[in-house]
Amino acid sequence: MHVGVISFPGSNGDHDALANLESDLGVTVRRVDYRETTLAGLDAVVLPGGFSYGDALRCGAIARFAPVMTELQKAAANGMPILGICNGFQVLCEAHLLPGALLRNKTLKFHCYRTHIKFENVDTPWTNDLQKDEVLLLPIAHGEGSYFIDAENLARLEGNGQVVARYCDADGVVTEAENGSVNAIASVCNEAGNVVGLMPHPERATSELTGGADGLKMLKSLLNVQSVRS
Amino acid sequence: MKTFTVEAEIMPKRGVNDPQGESVLSGLKLLGFDGASKVRVGKLIRFLVSAESIDAARAEATEMCEKLLANPVIEEYELNIAEA
Repeated sequence: MHVGVISFPGSNGDHDALANLESDLGVTVRRVDYRETTLAGLDAVVLPGGFSYGDALRCGAIARFAPVMTELQKAAANGMPILGICNGFQVLCEAHLLPGALLRNKTLKFHCYRTHIKFENVDTPWTNDLQKDEVLLLPIAHGEGSYFIDAENLARLEGNGQVVARYCDADGVVTEAENGSVNAIASVCNEAGNVVGLMPHPERATSELTGGADGLKMLKSLLNVQSVRS
Repeated sequence: MKTFTVEAEIMPKRGVNDPQGESVLSGLKLLGFDGASKVRVGKLIRFLVSAESIDAARAEATEMCEKLLANPVIEEYELNIAEA
């Protein structure tokens, strides 16, 4: 299993993702520069957290046009598992690979703590090792994580089962999201399910040594996926 | 070719939360501006465009807004265009 992690100018979660996917998940990793024009040899791609292009204009708005994104659009259409974490989620929304958008947190504060997340869609390549409605404790670190989508498209999203996970309490009861996300949405996927975006950071929760390994439970799902690499 | 100044006024759509606007409103209230309400914070992007006509400049600026300057999921925009 070969996993690429895209480094945009201003990404800062790329090194966490590379190190922890390699050491804790046990996959082969490759740093993919944003100027690259091929994703050949990769089975899956992660778009990491950070502040690509300094969050200029809107989070993810400029990264969407980075050279590597043309290949990523093709890979997404071909069914490659793609995971956008935090800023990576924002980039995928701006690129229209995922529906909706991420707004400034309702509190106007940067939220940086661990929170419970309930996984409802466990049919994606990034969640298939979880039980339905399994609750994980994952770190979040974002200022613009308030998921928004208009009512009509929200109904479609819910109807299609494209809500992958929601913010909840320790007992798995879905509560109002502190960041203001509609329907407490923390994670969504595309219609095919191969592209997933989430605000929490599973790649920062892969070892008990660093405060918890719930993220690894989620990421292990990728190991169940048959390689579609040519 | 003529040069046109373009102002793209970008605002959060109706129904989209604008916590920044709410925060600004609470600041205005604290200052005693009790009559203030419905504060929305957007952005203004000003630039120059070279084009054959004002219609061509408007078409180009519209495409810029659709592709990059605004996110139609959450924002709406208005263009003010004049010959520079």
